[in-house]
Amino acid sequence: MNPLFLAQDADKWYDIRDLSNLSSLILETLDKVLPSGLVAVVAVLIGFVASFVLFVLPSQLYVGVLGERKIIGRIQSRIGPNRVGKFGLLQPIADAIKLIQKEALTPKGGDSLVMNIAPIIFVAPAVLLFAVIPFGPNMIIADLPVALIYFLAISSIPVLAAFMAGWSHNNKYSLFGAMRIVAMSISYEVPLVLSLLGVVLFTSTLSLQDMVLWQKEFDIWLIFLQPAAFLIYFVAVSSELNRTPTDIAEAESEIVAGFLTEYSGMKWGLFYGMDIGYALAASAFGATVFLGGWSFFGLDKWIPPYLILAMKIYLFYFVFIWTRGTLPRLRIDQLMEFAWKYLLPVALLNLLLVATERSLWAEGDYKQWMLYAFVVVNIAAGIAIFVGWAKFLGYKPEDAPKKARLVNKATGYVPLDAKSGRLP
Amino acid sequence: MAELDGLAVNIAFYVLAGMTLTAAGGVMLSRNLFHAVLFLILSFVGIAGFFVLLSAEFLATAQVVIYVGAISVLVLFAVLLTPRAGRDNGETKMLLPAVLLGVSLVTVFLFVIYNANWPEANSVQELSVRDLGNALLSTWVLPFQLASVLLTAALIGSVMLSRSAEEDAEEANG
Repeated sequence: MNPLFLAQDADKWYDIRDLSNLSSLILETLDKVLPSGLVAVVAVLIGFVASFVLFVLPSQLYVGVLGERKIIGRIQSRIGPNRVGKFGLLQPIADAIKLIQKEALTPKGGDSLVMNIAPIIFVAPAVLLFAVIPFGPNMIIADLPVALIYFLAISSIPVLAAFMAGWSHNNKYSLFGAMRIVAMSISYEVPLVLSLLGVVLFTSTLSLQDMVLWQKEFDIWLIFLQPAAFLIYFVAVSSELNRTPTDIAEAESEIVAGFLTEYSGMKWGLFYGMDIGYALAASAFGATVFLGGWSFFGLDKWIPPYLILAMKIYLFYFVFIWTRGTLPRLRIDQLMEFAWKYLLPVALLNLLLVATERSLWAEGDYKQWMLYAFVVVNIAAGIAIFVGWAKFLGYKPEDAPKKARLVNKATGYVPLDAKSGRLP
Repeated sequence: MAELDGLAVNIAFYVLAGMTLTAAGGVMLSRNLFHAVLFLILSFVGIAGFFVLLSAEFLATAQVVIYVGAISVLVLFAVLLTPRAGRDNGETKMLLPAVLLGVSLVTVFLFVIYNANWPEANSVQELSVRDLGNALLSTWVLPFQLASVLLTAALIGSVMLSRSAEEDAEEANG
């Protein structure tokens, strides 16, 4: 009997709060019929259907493709897609049909074999990433003891695919895109891992399920304990995902479309769709590690945990869309400098702070009130580290912009005040 | 992690062995340098699969992080910057030394495999990542730190080497 749920009906197959009862019922029944060992294959298939076909694919189509276009449209004072179906609900399907019909071109001087394999290698890891995300107390496909490193390992493979894609075109813009994506991913991997190290120090586990249980046990989310690490994670992961404020690998204004220049049709569609898939995976990972995963301060007894996790993933993804819609694209040298000169020292300072706190906490016999003290200290220290290091590097906030940059409250161009040179 | 055995594991072993060996053969036989590196990465992935079969998940993930994620990308970069990357690498003067080296390596490995006394462990010890970390930071802390210092020195050295005189002058001027 699972103690996390209401006692009555807790392990019956119709209990929708924990779908693992249903799947284990199916597997146990099949185990009596099928020859030994084959049930493991069925288990993998059920896991794949449950996580990818039921959650990731619909989220990709409706949150990723349609939601992203709608919200960005709103941010840019447009309506967004609304022609196909009610509210444009059939737009993703129309997009897919259009992409499948298109001709998939291969450049004459290109390497057609590598070019055809690259999208496949790009897609496969996105499926694998969701294997270690816990959707509930029992709803996890593979509860690996090293899930965090597994996630980092698998997420380094799409970089390889992007590199292959860029090289295979025999096109200099593609090659530029490929070299940029590798340089970016190598640079941002370092602060990303250092920020996650702080989390691992506190929870002293590498398993994502144990991290959720830790946050549940101490009734505190790691975003409060580790605000600096969370910010570093967000910036680093959005650079690794190659999303718009940092999408220098496919910057249209500089290198056509980067490593996607020569792709057309569904091959391009796979890259586009899986970019969203990786953003969802990174959101799921961030929601699990920093936002408490499927737990919600005891509310997960009544609301199905997988719905709580889905809501957290969408919240995380919304912030991705928001930054995409509001921030201008950075240059490659700015991004590189930011990774090595700003994020890396900040992450190291944060790690030093966390290590000190962790040993204090161990000395203090793992008391609950110490965690609350750490929250206050860490928020203050996080702000101090971020602002202090920016001051040290000479970054200055622009409090009197000479140009009207954000004209969201007006209908268009806002002329500057002639006398002061400021916004009216 | 549960003990891995049974028919499925045997099948997985032979599939992985076939994949790794085919990929290793591809590294040698492929005429295109870029394809050779891709085959090399495939054989690294196969070796990570063997680690999984041996219930060493940490080693498997570390293999993927280090070899597939980092080293192979660096190798790809190096291949990319060589002028003959996409073309034939068939003719080479190093054929004889390479064959000699290969034969001697195979001899050494075969000697080790057949002559070494492989002890059979009665009970498989569960080695968690925690034990690994503890060992690394207590018993083996000196080699660990030496390796870190070496890597940091290499990092700083490569930055120093790659900076040109003009950049230094630019920095000095402001």
